[in-house]
Amino acid sequence: MIRFENVSKTYEGQSKAALLNVNVEIEKGEFVFLVGTSGSGKSTFLRLVLREHRTTRGHIMVAGKDLNRLASWRIPQMRRQIGTVFQDFRLLPNKTVAENVAFALQVIGKPRSHIRKTVPEVLELVGLDGKEDRMPDELSGGEQQRVAIARAFVNRPMILIADEPTGNLDPGTSVGIMKLLDRINRTGTTVVMATHDVSIVDQMRKRVIELENGHVVRDESRGVYGYQH
Amino acid sequence: MRLNYILSDLGIGLKRNMSMTIAVVVTIWVSLSLFGSALLAREQVDLMKGNWYDKIQISVFLCTKDSGGRGCAGTEVTQEQKNRIQQVIQTNPDTAPDGVFSESKSEAFESFKKLYKDSPIVSTVTQDQMQESFRVKLKDPQRYQNLVSAVSGLPGVDTVQDLRQYLDPLFKALNGLQVGALIAAGLLLVAALMQISNTIRLAAYARRREIGIMRLVGASNFYIQLPFLLEAVLAALVGAVFACGTLWVGVYFVVMQRAQETFRVWQWVGATETFRATLIMVVVGLILAVIPTFLTTRKYLKV
Repeated sequence: MIRFENVSKTYEGQSKAALLNVNVEIEKGEFVFLVGTSGSGKSTFLRLVLREHRTTRGHIMVAGKDLNRLASWRIPQMRRQIGTVFQDFRLLPNKTVAENVAFALQVIGKPRSHIRKTVPEVLELVGLDGKEDRMPDELSGGEQQRVAIARAFVNRPMILIADEPTGNLDPGTSVGIMKLLDRINRTGTTVVMATHDVSIVDQMRKRVIELENGHVVRDESRGVYGYQH
Repeated sequence: MRLNYILSDLGIGLKRNMSMTIAVVVTIWVSLSLFGSALLAREQVDLMKGNWYDKIQISVFLCTKDSGGRGCAGTEVTQEQKNRIQQVIQTNPDTAPDGVFSESKSEAFESFKKLYKDSPIVSTVTQDQMQESFRVKLKDPQRYQNLVSAVSGLPGVDTVQDLRQYLDPLFKALNGLQVGALIAAGLLLVAALMQISNTIRLAAYARRREIGIMRLVGASNFYIQLPFLLEAVLAALVGAVFACGTLWVGVYFVVMQRAQETFRVWQWVGATETFRATLIMVVVGLILAVIPTFLTTRKYLKV
């Protein structure tokens, strides 16, 4: 589903590489934790998958397509197959829960009948049924993140990318979010999650890829967070 | 594509940027009005040129014994000199076929009497004081210098008169005005361009959350640009409509009501020319809105 082949990325105006010779293959349906200290290259990894940047060297294949060869006008099409969740939720404050989720479908031109049917379904999946008409600032952090996950998942993407989704949440709430991501993963969606949360990684016992100074230093199929913590 | 969503977005965008939008509308209004006036001024100059140049002929006045021209030696022009002059005029490539008429002293006296029939000056002038002349029509009224210089040095030629000498300064002044108006319009249009791109930058900043999410979930570039494009087009259209109205009002009150009444002999620009000018104005206004919008949205939306 996602394959990095000798990928290096150096940002413009910087001498140090953010990623260096990374080779990773993530299969369809996998659940992968991306761990490492700040500046180790996790965010660069995720941004490259989203094709927000190009690689300096090497190739990235996402769903069989070489991102470097993708014409820029095809990028939006490619991103529709990837859902993204962030630490800061990124909800639109002036729209209700349902409108926030519907927005993701509206802007890619889905018909209204499809939106009316899909949005309640996905809100129920993330456990927010009954809160469709709330505004984001009326919700708890965990609930807001559920809205963000619903928005990321509503178009049934093949890949879900989560950049520290529990970073702003307390441990109890985080467990709920992880259960939700696990459930989404069980529908066949590949999940790649960057995190600093030791206990979550240790509990879930999923594949762990550890980055350090832009290198992959560990890739274990049923890993824990690591030794330095 | 969800039209109602786009329209509600457009409304929000316009409200949020109200003052900037008004500034854009006013700038486009004023600049397009000036631009349209310059277009009309040119049409007017062309009309007047056509009017006058058609009637223009070159008059070659021949020597009398009193005239002090270069080719005169204080004596009356001789028949030999007249033949020579006529030959030079007729063989000149710029002379229209059958375009040479000679005016004798008696004919000149007749038309002089007609022209000044109410003036006491007629009684003091005798036929002998009149000048013989050749009147020449040209193939192309724009090309007169060749003939004028060929004839003016000849013996027996007193002066060569060309109406253009008197009209050219007028046309030059009109041309100058027109260039001035075009430059002013151009400067204002550049200002409008910059205002539009500034407005879009502000609007893009105000909507950066939405835009970020749109990009993330894979909205097409065109879909992201569309609200900005509509905003700019709408502002430009409103400005252009005001400008067209201004031009029509100007033409109606200045040309149709006053100039046309006062100077009936001249041809004046009318509805046809004004309509043509307003069409050009609307097109220019739209281009002005669309091009900077595409450029700025590319830059600020990173689409």
